[in-house]
Amino acid sequence: MRCMVIVKATAESEAGVMPSQELLAAMGKFNEELVKAGVMLAGEGLAPSARGARVTFSGKQRHVVDGPFTETKELVAGFWLWQVKSLDEAIAWVRRCPNPMEGESVIEIRPVFEAEDFGEAFTPELREQEARLRAQLGHE
Amino acid sequence: MTDTHRTIDAVWRIESARLIAGLARMLRDVGLAEELAQDALVTALEQWPQTGVPDNPGAWLMTTAKRRAIDRLRRHKLVERKHEQLVHEWDREHESAEAVAERTLDDPFGDDLLRLIFTACHPLLSMEARVALTLRLLGGLGTDEIARAFLVPEATIAQRIVRAKRSLAKSDVAYEVPRGDELAERLAAVLGVIYLIFNEGYAATTGDDWMRPGLCEDALRLGRVLAGLMPREPEVHGLVALMEIQASRARARTDARGEPILLLDQDRALWDRLLIGRGLAALEQARRLGGELGPYALQAAVAACHARAATAAETDWPRIAALYAVLARVAPSPVVELNRAVAVGMASGAAEGLALVDALGDEPSLRHYHLLPAVRGDLLARLGRGEEASREFERAATLTRNRREQAMMRERARACR
Repeated sequence: MRCMVIVKATAESEAGVMPSQELLAAMGKFNEELVKAGVMLAGEGLAPSARGARVTFSGKQRHVVDGPFTETKELVAGFWLWQVKSLDEAIAWVRRCPNPMEGESVIEIRPVFEAEDFGEAFTPELREQEARLRAQLGHE
Repeated sequence: MTDTHRTIDAVWRIESARLIAGLARMLRDVGLAEELAQDALVTALEQWPQTGVPDNPGAWLMTTAKRRAIDRLRRHKLVERKHEQLVHEWDREHESAEAVAERTLDDPFGDDLLRLIFTACHPLLSMEARVALTLRLLGGLGTDEIARAFLVPEATIAQRIVRAKRSLAKSDVAYEVPRGDELAERLAAVLGVIYLIFNEGYAATTGDDWMRPGLCEDALRLGRVLAGLMPREPEVHGLVALMEIQASRARARTDARGEPILLLDQDRALWDRLLIGRGLAALEQARRLGGELGPYALQAAVAACHARAATAAETDWPRIAALYAVLARVAPSPVVELNRAVAVGMASGAAEGLALVDALGDEPSLRHYHLLPAVRGDLLARLGRGEEASREFERAATLTRNRREQAMMRERARACR
Protein backbone atom coordinates (compact mmCIF):
# COMPACT_ATOMS: atom_id res chain seq x y z
CA MET A 1 0.00 0.00 0.00
CA ARG A 2 0.96 3.61 -0.38
CA CYS A 3 0.74 6.19 2.36
CA MET A 4 1.00 9.92 2.23
CA VAL A 5 2.90 11.05 5.29
CA ILE A 6 2.15 14.67 6.07
CA VAL A 7 4.22 17.01 8.20
CA LYS A 8 1.92 19.63 9.70
CA ALA A 9 2.93 23.27 9.76
CA THR A 10 3.93 25.25 12.85
CA ALA A 11 4.12 28.98 13.55
CA GLU A 12 7.86 28.82 12.75
CA SER A 13 7.46 26.90 9.49
CA GLU A 14 4.72 29.33 8.46
CA ALA A 15 7.01 32.24 9.34
CA GLY A 16 9.56 30.81 6.91
CA VAL A 17 12.10 29.93 9.61
CA MET A 18 14.47 27.43 8.00
CA PRO A 19 15.35 24.27 9.94
CA SER A 20 18.65 24.16 11.82
CA GLN A 21 21.74 22.50 10.40
CA GLU A 22 21.32 19.64 12.89
CA LEU A 23 17.72 19.03 11.91
CA LEU A 24 18.56 19.14 8.21
CA ALA A 25 21.33 16.59 8.77
CA ALA A 26 19.06 14.32 10.84
CA MET A 27 16.30 14.55 8.26
CA GLY A 28 18.78 13.88 5.47
CA LYS A 29 19.87 10.74 7.27
CA PHE A 30 16.30 9.60 7.83
CA ASN A 31 15.46 10.18 4.17
CA GLU A 32 18.51 8.17 3.19
CA GLU A 33 17.26 5.35 5.41
CA LEU A 34 13.87 5.47 3.70
CA VAL A 35 15.46 5.32 0.26
CA LYS A 36 17.78 2.49 1.25
CA ALA A 37 14.86 0.50 2.61
CA GLY A 38 13.03 0.95 -0.68
CA VAL A 39 10.19 2.73 1.10
CA MET A 40 10.35 6.30 -0.21
CA LEU A 41 8.63 7.01 -3.52
CA ALA A 42 8.58 10.79 -3.30
CA GLY A 43 8.83 13.60 -0.81
CA GLU A 44 8.92 17.39 -0.76
CA GLY A 45 8.97 20.28 1.66
CA LEU A 46 6.50 23.08 1.03
CA ALA A 47 7.00 26.85 1.15
CA PRO A 48 4.91 28.71 3.77
CA SER A 49 1.26 29.29 2.90
CA ALA A 50 2.10 33.00 2.48
CA ARG A 51 3.47 32.00 -0.93
CA GLY A 52 0.41 29.92 -1.82
CA ALA A 53 -3.19 30.50 -2.80
CA ARG A 54 -6.58 28.87 -2.41
CA VAL A 55 -9.52 28.61 -4.70
CA THR A 56 -12.81 28.32 -2.85
CA PHE A 57 -15.92 26.89 -4.49
CA SER A 58 -19.52 27.77 -3.86
CA GLY A 59 -21.90 26.25 -6.36
CA LYS A 60 -20.62 27.50 -9.70
CA GLN A 61 -18.69 30.41 -8.15
CA ARG A 62 -14.93 30.33 -7.82
CA HIS A 63 -13.05 32.66 -5.57
CA VAL A 64 -9.27 33.00 -5.24
CA VAL A 65 -7.79 33.70 -1.80
CA ASP A 66 -4.10 34.50 -1.46
CA GLY A 67 -2.09 33.10 1.47
CA PRO A 68 -1.11 33.17 4.26
CA PHE A 69 -3.83 31.14 5.92
CA THR A 70 -4.56 31.30 9.60
CA GLU A 71 -5.33 27.78 10.81
CA THR A 72 -1.60 26.99 11.08
CA LYS A 73 -1.89 23.53 12.65
CA GLU A 74 -4.07 22.27 9.80
CA LEU A 75 -1.66 23.41 7.13
CA VAL A 76 0.84 21.11 5.42
CA ALA A 77 4.55 21.90 5.63
CA GLY A 78 5.79 18.87 3.74
CA PHE A 79 4.94 15.35 2.66
CA TRP A 80 6.29 11.97 1.65
CA LEU A 81 4.77 9.22 -0.41
CA TRP A 82 5.80 5.82 0.96
CA GLN A 83 5.39 2.25 -0.26
CA VAL A 84 4.80 0.11 2.81
CA LYS A 85 3.25 -3.24 3.71
CA SER A 86 0.80 -1.84 6.24
CA LEU A 87 -0.24 1.26 8.17
CA ASP A 88 1.70 -0.22 11.09
CA GLU A 89 4.87 -0.23 9.05
CA ALA A 90 4.32 3.43 8.19
CA ILE A 91 3.79 4.18 11.89
CA ALA A 92 6.98 2.30 12.79
CA TRP A 93 8.89 4.44 10.28
CA VAL A 94 7.37 7.71 11.51
CA ARG A 95 8.30 6.79 15.08
CA ARG A 96 11.95 6.85 14.09
CA CYS A 97 11.66 10.13 12.19
CA PRO A 98 13.44 13.04 13.90
CA ASN A 99 11.04 15.65 15.25
CA PRO A 100 10.56 17.66 12.04
CA MET A 101 10.15 20.96 13.92
CA GLU A 102 11.64 22.67 16.92
CA GLY A 103 9.28 21.92 19.83
CA GLU A 104 5.82 20.46 19.24
CA SER A 105 4.88 19.01 15.88
CA VAL A 106 2.55 16.51 14.22
CA ILE A 107 3.02 13.98 11.42
CA GLU A 108 -0.13 12.51 9.92
CA ILE A 109 -0.26 9.22 7.98
CA ARG A 110 -2.96 8.77 5.36
CA PRO A 111 -3.29 5.63 3.22
CA VAL A 112 -3.75 6.37 -0.48
CA PHE A 113 -7.07 5.08 -1.85
CA GLU A 114 -6.83 2.16 -4.21
CA ALA A 115 -9.51 1.87 -6.90
CA GLU A 116 -10.84 -1.22 -5.06
CA ASP A 117 -11.62 0.90 -1.99
CA PHE A 118 -14.41 2.65 -3.88
CA GLY A 119 -16.19 -0.65 -4.47
CA GLU A 120 -19.48 -0.51 -6.33
CA ALA A 121 -19.65 3.28 -6.24
CA PHE A 122 -16.66 3.48 -8.58
CA THR A 123 -18.55 2.73 -11.78
CA PRO A 124 -16.88 2.15 -15.14
CA GLU A 125 -17.97 5.68 -16.15
CA LEU A 126 -16.28 7.19 -13.10
CA ARG A 127 -13.20 5.10 -13.77
CA GLU A 128 -13.10 6.43 -17.29
CA GLN A 129 -13.50 9.97 -16.05
CA GLU A 130 -10.65 9.55 -13.61
CA ALA A 131 -8.60 7.96 -16.36
CA ARG A 132 -9.07 11.04 -18.56
CA LEU A 133 -7.95 13.25 -15.71
CA ARG A 134 -4.84 11.18 -15.16
CA ALA A 135 -4.10 11.33 -18.88
CA GLN A 136 -4.10 15.11 -18.81
CA LEU A 137 -1.98 15.24 -15.68
CA GLY A 138 0.53 12.80 -17.02
CA HIS A 139 0.75 13.97 -20.61
CA GLU A 140 4.42 14.43 -21.33
CA MET B 1 -3.72 -9.25 16.69
CA THR B 2 -3.17 -6.70 19.46
CA ASP B 3 -1.67 -3.29 18.74
CA THR B 4 1.66 -4.39 20.17
CA HIS B 5 1.72 -7.49 18.01
CA ARG B 6 0.98 -5.43 14.92
CA THR B 7 3.75 -3.05 15.90
CA ILE B 8 6.17 -5.95 16.36
CA ASP B 9 5.15 -7.27 12.95
CA ALA B 10 5.97 -3.90 11.38
CA VAL B 11 9.25 -3.58 13.26
CA TRP B 12 10.20 -7.05 12.12
CA ARG B 13 9.57 -6.16 8.52
CA ILE B 14 11.86 -3.16 8.81
CA GLU B 15 14.58 -4.68 10.98
CA SER B 16 14.79 -8.39 10.24
CA ALA B 17 17.14 -8.24 7.24
CA ARG B 18 19.65 -5.98 8.99
CA LEU B 19 19.36 -8.03 12.15
CA ILE B 20 20.05 -11.32 10.36
CA ALA B 21 22.79 -9.71 8.26
CA GLY B 22 24.58 -8.31 11.31
CA LEU B 23 24.33 -11.59 13.22
CA ALA B 24 25.48 -13.58 10.21
CA ARG B 25 28.61 -11.43 9.99
CA MET B 26 29.46 -12.28 13.59
CA LEU B 27 28.50 -15.95 13.46
CA ARG B 28 29.47 -16.72 9.85
CA ASP B 29 26.33 -18.85 9.69
CA VAL B 30 23.20 -17.55 8.01
CA GLY B 31 20.97 -20.31 9.34
CA LEU B 32 22.02 -19.76 12.94
CA ALA B 33 21.74 -15.99 12.49
CA GLU B 34 18.17 -16.33 11.31
CA GLU B 35 17.31 -18.63 14.19
CA LEU B 36 18.70 -16.18 16.74
CA ALA B 37 16.89 -13.28 15.11
CA GLN B 38 13.70 -15.31 15.38
CA ASP B 39 14.46 -15.99 19.06
CA ALA B 40 14.80 -12.26 19.65
CA LEU B 41 11.48 -11.73 17.93
CA VAL B 42 9.84 -14.30 20.22
CA THR B 43 11.33 -12.53 23.25
CA ALA B 44 9.91 -9.25 21.98
CA LEU B 45 6.51 -10.86 21.57
CA GLU B 46 6.69 -12.00 25.19
CA GLN B 47 8.03 -8.79 26.72
CA TRP B 48 6.79 -5.83 24.71
CA PRO B 49 3.09 -6.32 25.49
CA GLN B 50 4.06 -5.73 29.17
CA THR B 51 6.94 -3.27 28.89
CA GLY B 52 5.75 -1.38 25.84
CA VAL B 53 7.67 -1.06 22.58
CA PRO B 54 11.17 0.31 23.27
CA ASP B 55 12.18 3.64 21.76
CA ASN B 56 14.64 1.97 19.47
CA PRO B 57 13.18 -1.44 18.69
CA GLY B 58 15.89 -2.33 16.17
CA ALA B 59 18.70 -1.82 18.68
CA TRP B 60 16.74 -3.75 21.32
CA LEU B 61 16.33 -6.72 19.00
CA MET B 62 20.01 -6.63 18.06
CA THR B 63 21.17 -6.50 21.69
CA THR B 64 18.85 -9.36 22.65
CA ALA B 65 19.94 -11.48 19.71
CA LYS B 66 23.63 -10.88 20.41
CA ARG B 67 23.18 -11.97 24.01
CA ARG B 68 21.53 -15.13 22.80
CA ALA B 69 24.32 -15.68 20.32
CA ILE B 70 26.92 -15.59 23.08
CA ASP B 71 24.86 -17.82 25.38
CA ARG B 72 24.44 -20.36 22.70
CA LEU B 73 28.07 -20.35 21.63
CA ARG B 74 29.14 -20.86 25.25
CA ARG B 75 26.60 -23.60 25.82
CA HIS B 76 27.49 -25.52 22.71
CA LYS B 77 31.20 -24.89 23.12
CA LEU B 78 31.57 -24.06 19.48
CA VAL B 79 34.93 -23.53 17.86
CA GLU B 80 37.03 -21.62 20.33
CA ARG B 81 38.41 -19.13 17.85
CA LYS B 82 34.98 -18.23 16.56
CA HIS B 83 33.87 -17.83 20.14
CA GLU B 84 36.71 -15.51 21.11
CA GLN B 85 36.27 -13.45 18.03
CA LEU B 86 32.60 -13.10 18.79
CA VAL B 87 33.12 -12.13 22.43
CA HIS B 88 35.69 -9.64 21.29
CA GLU B 89 33.26 -8.05 18.88
CA TRP B 90 30.58 -8.14 21.49
CA ASP B 91 32.77 -6.29 23.99
CA ARG B 92 33.63 -3.70 21.45
CA GLU B 93 30.00 -3.30 20.59
CA HIS B 94 28.72 -3.47 24.14
CA GLU B 95 27.63 0.10 24.15
CA SER B 96 24.54 2.13 24.82
CA ALA B 97 21.41 1.45 22.83
CA GLU B 98 21.76 4.92 21.33
CA ALA B 99 25.25 4.19 20.09
CA VAL B 100 24.10 0.90 18.60
CA ALA B 101 21.21 2.68 16.95
CA GLU B 102 23.57 5.31 15.63
CA ARG B 103 25.71 2.67 14.01
CA THR B 104 22.72 0.75 12.77
CA LEU B 105 21.84 3.77 10.69
CA ASP B 106 25.38 4.03 9.37
CA ASP B 107 26.71 2.43 6.28
CA PRO B 108 28.81 -0.55 7.40
CA PHE B 109 25.52 -2.41 7.74
CA GLY B 110 25.07 -1.98 4.04
CA ASP B 111 27.94 -4.41 3.53
CA ASP B 112 26.29 -6.92 5.82
CA LEU B 113 23.08 -6.68 3.86
CA LEU B 114 24.94 -7.16 0.58
CA ARG B 115 26.68 -10.25 1.97
CA LEU B 116 23.30 -11.62 3.00
CA ILE B 117 21.80 -10.95 -0.45
CA PHE B 118 24.69 -12.64 -2.25
CA THR B 119 24.54 -15.62 0.11
CA ALA B 120 20.77 -16.07 -0.23
CA CYS B 121 21.15 -15.98 -4.03
CA HIS B 122 24.17 -18.29 -4.10
CA PRO B 123 24.42 -20.34 -7.32
CA LEU B 124 24.93 -23.57 -5.37
CA LEU B 125 21.27 -23.32 -4.30
CA SER B 126 18.39 -24.23 -6.58
CA MET B 127 16.47 -21.30 -8.04
CA GLU B 128 13.44 -22.16 -5.89
CA ALA B 129 15.58 -22.21 -2.77
CA ARG B 130 17.16 -18.85 -3.64
CA VAL B 131 13.75 -17.28 -4.09
CA ALA B 132 12.38 -18.64 -0.82
CA LEU B 133 15.50 -17.74 1.13
CA THR B 134 15.66 -14.22 -0.32
CA LEU B 135 12.03 -13.48 0.53
CA ARG B 136 12.48 -14.94 3.98
CA LEU B 137 15.83 -13.36 4.92
CA LEU B 138 15.63 -10.07 3.03
CA GLY B 139 11.94 -9.50 2.45
CA GLY B 140 10.97 -10.29 6.05
CA LEU B 141 8.22 -12.61 4.80
CA GLY B 142 7.04 -15.53 6.90
CA THR B 143 7.05 -19.08 5.53
CA ASP B 144 3.25 -18.92 5.36
CA GLU B 145 3.33 -15.71 3.31
CA ILE B 146 5.84 -17.14 0.85
CA ALA B 147 3.76 -20.32 0.53
CA ARG B 148 0.61 -18.28 -0.15
CA ALA B 149 2.39 -16.19 -2.76
CA PHE B 150 3.60 -19.24 -4.66
CA LEU B 151 0.47 -21.34 -4.10
CA VAL B 152 2.39 -24.23 -2.53
CA PRO B 153 1.93 -25.85 0.89
CA GLU B 154 3.69 -24.11 3.75
CA ALA B 155 5.58 -27.32 4.59
CA THR B 156 7.15 -27.26 1.12
CA ILE B 157 8.55 -23.77 1.60
CA ALA B 158 9.72 -24.59 5.14
CA GLN B 159 11.53 -27.65 3.77
CA ARG B 160 13.09 -25.61 0.99
CA ILE B 161 14.43 -23.06 3.46
CA VAL B 162 15.76 -25.67 5.89
CA ARG B 163 17.51 -27.51 3.09
CA ALA B 164 18.94 -24.30 1.64
CA LYS B 165 20.36 -23.28 5.00
CA ARG B 166 21.83 -26.75 5.45
CA SER B 167 23.49 -26.64 2.01
CA LEU B 168 24.99 -23.26 2.80
CA ALA B 169 26.33 -24.49 6.14
CA LYS B 170 27.67 -27.74 4.70
CA SER B 171 29.47 -26.20 1.75
CA ASP B 172 31.08 -23.58 3.98
CA VAL B 173 30.17 -20.79 1.57
CA ALA B 174 32.23 -17.69 2.29
CA TYR B 175 29.95 -15.04 3.77
CA GLU B 176 31.13 -12.16 1.64
CA VAL B 177 30.43 -9.97 -1.35
CA PRO B 178 32.22 -11.48 -4.37
CA ARG B 179 34.91 -9.40 -6.02
CA GLY B 180 36.52 -9.03 -9.42
CA ASP B 181 35.47 -11.39 -12.17
CA GLU B 182 33.20 -13.35 -9.87
CA LEU B 183 31.11 -10.28 -9.05
CA ALA B 184 29.50 -9.92 -12.48
CA GLU B 185 28.36 -13.53 -12.54
CA ARG B 186 27.11 -13.53 -8.96
CA LEU B 187 25.35 -10.19 -9.41
CA ALA B 188 23.56 -11.62 -12.44
CA ALA B 189 22.32 -14.43 -10.17
CA VAL B 190 21.03 -11.92 -7.60
CA LEU B 191 19.26 -9.84 -10.26
CA GLY B 192 17.81 -13.04 -11.72
CA VAL B 193 16.25 -13.99 -8.39
CA ILE B 194 14.72 -10.54 -7.88
CA TYR B 195 13.33 -10.43 -11.41
CA LEU B 196 11.92 -13.93 -11.04
CA ILE B 197 10.06 -12.86 -7.90
CA PHE B 198 8.76 -9.81 -9.75
CA ASN B 199 7.63 -11.86 -12.73
CA GLU B 200 5.93 -14.45 -10.59
CA GLY B 201 3.85 -11.61 -9.23
CA TYR B 202 3.43 -9.77 -12.52
CA ALA B 203 2.44 -12.64 -14.78
CA ALA B 204 1.33 -15.40 -12.46
CA THR B 205 2.17 -18.57 -14.34
CA THR B 206 -0.47 -20.70 -12.67
CA GLY B 207 -3.84 -20.29 -11.02
CA ASP B 208 -6.73 -17.91 -11.39
CA ASP B 209 -5.03 -14.60 -10.76
CA TRP B 210 -3.32 -12.75 -13.54
CA MET B 211 -1.21 -10.82 -11.02
CA ARG B 212 -0.08 -11.17 -7.43
CA PRO B 213 0.83 -7.58 -6.63
CA GLY B 214 2.39 -8.41 -3.25
CA LEU B 215 5.29 -10.22 -4.92
CA CYS B 216 5.83 -7.33 -7.35
CA GLU B 217 6.06 -4.94 -4.42
CA ASP B 218 8.49 -7.21 -2.57
CA ALA B 219 10.71 -7.52 -5.65
CA LEU B 220 10.62 -3.78 -6.32
CA ARG B 221 11.56 -3.09 -2.75
CA LEU B 222 14.48 -5.53 -2.93
CA GLY B 223 15.58 -3.94 -6.19
CA ARG B 224 15.46 -0.44 -4.73
CA VAL B 225 17.41 -1.61 -1.68
CA LEU B 226 20.04 -3.19 -3.92
CA ALA B 227 20.30 -0.01 -6.00
CA GLY B 228 21.03 1.88 -2.79
CA LEU B 229 23.69 -0.65 -1.82
CA MET B 230 25.35 -0.90 -5.25
CA PRO B 231 24.84 2.52 -6.83
CA ARG B 232 27.72 2.05 -9.29
CA GLU B 233 26.27 -1.05 -10.97
CA PRO B 234 24.34 -0.04 -14.10
CA GLU B 235 22.43 -3.31 -14.39
CA VAL B 236 20.98 -2.92 -10.88
CA HIS B 237 19.48 0.39 -12.00
CA GLY B 238 18.48 -1.29 -15.26
CA LEU B 239 16.52 -3.95 -13.41
CA VAL B 240 14.90 -1.39 -11.11
CA ALA B 241 13.93 0.69 -14.16
CA LEU B 242 12.43 -2.35 -15.85
CA MET B 243 10.39 -3.31 -12.78
CA GLU B 244 9.22 0.24 -12.04
CA ILE B 245 7.98 0.74 -15.60
CA GLN B 246 6.33 -2.67 -15.80
CA ALA B 247 4.69 -2.16 -12.40
CA SER B 248 3.38 1.21 -13.61
CA ARG B 249 0.97 -0.68 -15.86
CA ALA B 250 -0.51 -2.86 -13.11
CA ARG B 251 -3.77 -0.92 -12.91
CA ALA B 252 -4.30 -1.06 -16.66
CA ARG B 253 -3.59 -4.75 -17.18
CA THR B 254 -7.00 -6.09 -16.22
CA ASP B 255 -10.57 -5.02 -16.82
CA ALA B 256 -13.32 -4.78 -14.19
CA ARG B 257 -13.85 -8.56 -14.32
CA GLY B 258 -10.15 -9.28 -13.89
CA GLU B 259 -9.63 -10.25 -17.55
CA PRO B 260 -6.19 -9.39 -18.92
CA ILE B 261 -5.76 -6.44 -21.28
CA LEU B 262 -2.73 -6.52 -23.57
CA LEU B 263 -0.22 -3.68 -23.63
CA LEU B 264 -1.39 -2.01 -26.82
CA ASP B 265 -5.04 -2.12 -25.77
CA GLN B 266 -4.43 -0.73 -22.30
CA ASP B 267 -5.85 2.58 -21.18
CA ARG B 268 -2.61 4.50 -20.78
CA ALA B 269 -4.30 7.02 -18.54
CA LEU B 270 -4.29 4.29 -15.90
CA TRP B 271 -0.52 3.90 -16.01
CA ASP B 272 1.14 5.07 -12.84
CA ARG B 273 3.06 8.24 -13.72
CA LEU B 274 5.01 8.21 -10.45
CA LEU B 275 6.44 4.75 -11.18
CA ILE B 276 7.11 5.66 -14.82
CA GLY B 277 9.03 8.75 -13.66
CA ARG B 278 11.04 6.63 -11.23
CA GLY B 279 11.70 4.03 -13.92
CA LEU B 280 12.90 6.59 -16.46
CA ALA B 281 15.17 8.13 -13.81
CA ALA B 282 16.64 4.72 -12.97
CA LEU B 283 17.24 4.02 -16.67
CA GLU B 284 18.95 7.39 -17.00
CA GLN B 285 21.13 6.45 -14.04
CA ALA B 286 22.12 3.19 -15.76
CA ARG B 287 23.00 5.15 -18.92
CA ARG B 288 25.01 7.76 -17.01
CA LEU B 289 27.21 5.07 -15.48
CA GLY B 290 28.44 4.40 -19.00
CA GLY B 291 29.34 1.33 -20.99
CA GLU B 292 27.04 -0.70 -23.18
CA LEU B 293 23.58 -1.22 -21.74
CA GLY B 294 23.08 -4.67 -20.23
CA PRO B 295 20.09 -6.95 -20.80
CA TYR B 296 17.92 -5.44 -18.03
CA ALA B 297 18.65 -1.85 -19.04
CA LEU B 298 17.89 -2.74 -22.67
CA GLN B 299 14.56 -4.27 -21.71
CA ALA B 300 13.88 -1.21 -19.57
CA ALA B 301 14.67 0.98 -22.59
CA VAL B 302 12.04 -0.94 -24.55
CA ALA B 303 9.55 -0.51 -21.71
CA ALA B 304 10.43 3.19 -21.64
CA CYS B 305 9.50 3.50 -25.34
CA HIS B 306 6.02 2.27 -24.49
CA ALA B 307 5.84 4.46 -21.38
CA ARG B 308 6.74 7.57 -23.38
CA ALA B 309 4.11 6.97 -26.07
CA ALA B 310 0.92 8.84 -25.18
CA THR B 311 -1.09 6.47 -27.40
CA ALA B 312 -0.35 3.00 -28.78
CA ALA B 313 -0.23 4.52 -32.27
CA GLU B 314 2.62 6.82 -31.25
CA THR B 315 4.87 3.91 -30.18
CA ASP B 316 8.37 4.22 -31.64
CA TRP B 317 8.49 0.69 -33.11
CA PRO B 318 11.64 1.20 -35.18
CA ARG B 319 13.49 2.15 -31.99
CA ILE B 320 12.06 -0.85 -30.13
CA ALA B 321 13.09 -3.15 -32.99
CA ALA B 322 16.59 -1.64 -32.87
CA LEU B 323 16.80 -2.17 -29.09
CA TYR B 324 15.76 -5.81 -29.50
CA ALA B 325 18.43 -6.22 -32.17
CA VAL B 326 21.03 -5.07 -29.61
CA LEU B 327 19.49 -7.29 -26.94
CA ALA B 328 19.64 -10.25 -29.35
CA ARG B 329 23.38 -9.64 -29.58
CA VAL B 330 24.07 -8.99 -25.87
CA ALA B 331 21.82 -11.71 -24.50
CA PRO B 332 20.65 -13.89 -27.39
CA SER B 333 17.65 -16.10 -26.71
CA PRO B 334 14.67 -17.41 -28.68
CA VAL B 335 12.34 -15.33 -26.47
CA VAL B 336 14.23 -12.14 -27.35
CA GLU B 337 14.04 -13.16 -31.03
CA LEU B 338 10.29 -13.58 -30.66
CA ASN B 339 9.96 -10.13 -29.14
CA ARG B 340 12.10 -8.71 -31.92
CA ALA B 341 9.71 -10.34 -34.41
CA VAL B 342 6.79 -8.53 -32.76
CA ALA B 343 8.61 -5.18 -32.93
CA VAL B 344 9.69 -5.71 -36.53
CA GLY B 345 6.13 -6.73 -37.36
CA MET B 346 4.96 -3.37 -36.05
CA ALA B 347 7.82 -1.33 -37.51
CA SER B 348 8.09 -2.86 -40.98
CA GLY B 349 4.90 -4.85 -41.46
CA ALA B 350 3.38 -8.18 -40.39
CA ALA B 351 5.01 -10.11 -43.24
CA GLU B 352 8.53 -9.25 -42.07
CA GLY B 353 7.61 -10.10 -38.49
CA LEU B 354 6.15 -13.42 -39.58
CA ALA B 355 9.37 -14.28 -41.43
CA LEU B 356 11.31 -13.87 -38.15
CA VAL B 357 8.76 -15.96 -36.22
CA ASP B 358 8.85 -18.71 -38.82
CA ALA B 359 12.64 -18.78 -38.56
CA LEU B 360 12.04 -19.74 -34.93
CA GLY B 361 9.55 -22.46 -35.86
CA ASP B 362 11.68 -25.45 -34.88
CA GLU B 363 13.24 -23.89 -31.80
CA PRO B 364 12.96 -26.70 -29.24
CA SER B 365 12.99 -24.40 -26.21
CA LEU B 366 9.86 -22.64 -27.51
CA ARG B 367 7.93 -25.81 -28.25
CA HIS B 368 5.80 -25.37 -25.14
CA TYR B 369 5.90 -21.58 -25.01
CA HIS B 370 2.37 -20.26 -25.54
CA LEU B 371 3.51 -16.85 -26.76
CA LEU B 372 5.05 -18.32 -29.92
CA PRO B 373 1.70 -19.39 -31.38
CA ALA B 374 0.07 -16.30 -29.83
CA VAL B 375 2.45 -13.96 -31.69
CA ARG B 376 2.23 -16.01 -34.88
CA GLY B 377 -1.56 -15.92 -34.64
CA ASP B 378 -1.52 -12.17 -34.22
CA LEU B 379 0.69 -11.64 -37.27
CA LEU B 380 -1.38 -14.04 -39.38
CA ALA B 381 -4.58 -12.27 -38.35
CA ARG B 382 -3.10 -8.95 -39.47
CA LEU B 383 -2.25 -10.52 -42.81
CA GLY B 384 -5.90 -11.59 -43.18
CA ARG B 385 -5.11 -15.31 -42.75
CA GLY B 386 -7.89 -15.86 -40.18
CA GLU B 387 -8.15 -19.67 -40.34
CA GLU B 388 -4.44 -20.17 -39.67
CA ALA B 389 -4.49 -17.44 -37.00
CA SER B 390 -7.36 -19.14 -35.21
CA ARG B 391 -5.48 -22.45 -35.08
CA GLU B 392 -2.45 -20.69 -33.59
CA PHE B 393 -4.54 -19.04 -30.84
CA GLU B 394 -6.16 -22.39 -30.01
CA ARG B 395 -2.72 -23.89 -29.70
CA ALA B 396 -1.59 -21.01 -27.45
CA ALA B 397 -4.62 -21.65 -25.22
CA THR B 398 -3.62 -25.28 -24.72
CA LEU B 399 -0.07 -24.28 -23.80
CA THR B 400 -0.69 -21.71 -21.05
CA ARG B 401 -1.56 -22.80 -17.53
CA ASN B 402 -3.02 -19.44 -16.55
CA ARG B 403 -6.79 -19.78 -16.84
CA ARG B 404 -7.44 -16.14 -17.64
CA GLU B 405 -4.87 -16.23 -20.42
CA GLN B 406 -6.45 -19.43 -21.77
CA ALA B 407 -9.81 -17.69 -21.95
CA MET B 408 -8.30 -14.72 -23.75
CA MET B 409 -6.59 -16.93 -26.34
CA ARG B 410 -9.82 -18.88 -27.01
CA GLU B 411 -11.64 -15.57 -27.43
CA ARG B 412 -9.11 -14.41 -30.02
CA ALA B 413 -9.36 -17.76 -31.80
CA ARG B 414 -13.14 -17.32 -32.06
CA ALA B 415 -12.80 -13.75 -33.29
CA CYS B 416 -10.50 -14.82 -36.16
CA ARG B 417 -12.73 -17.54 -37.54
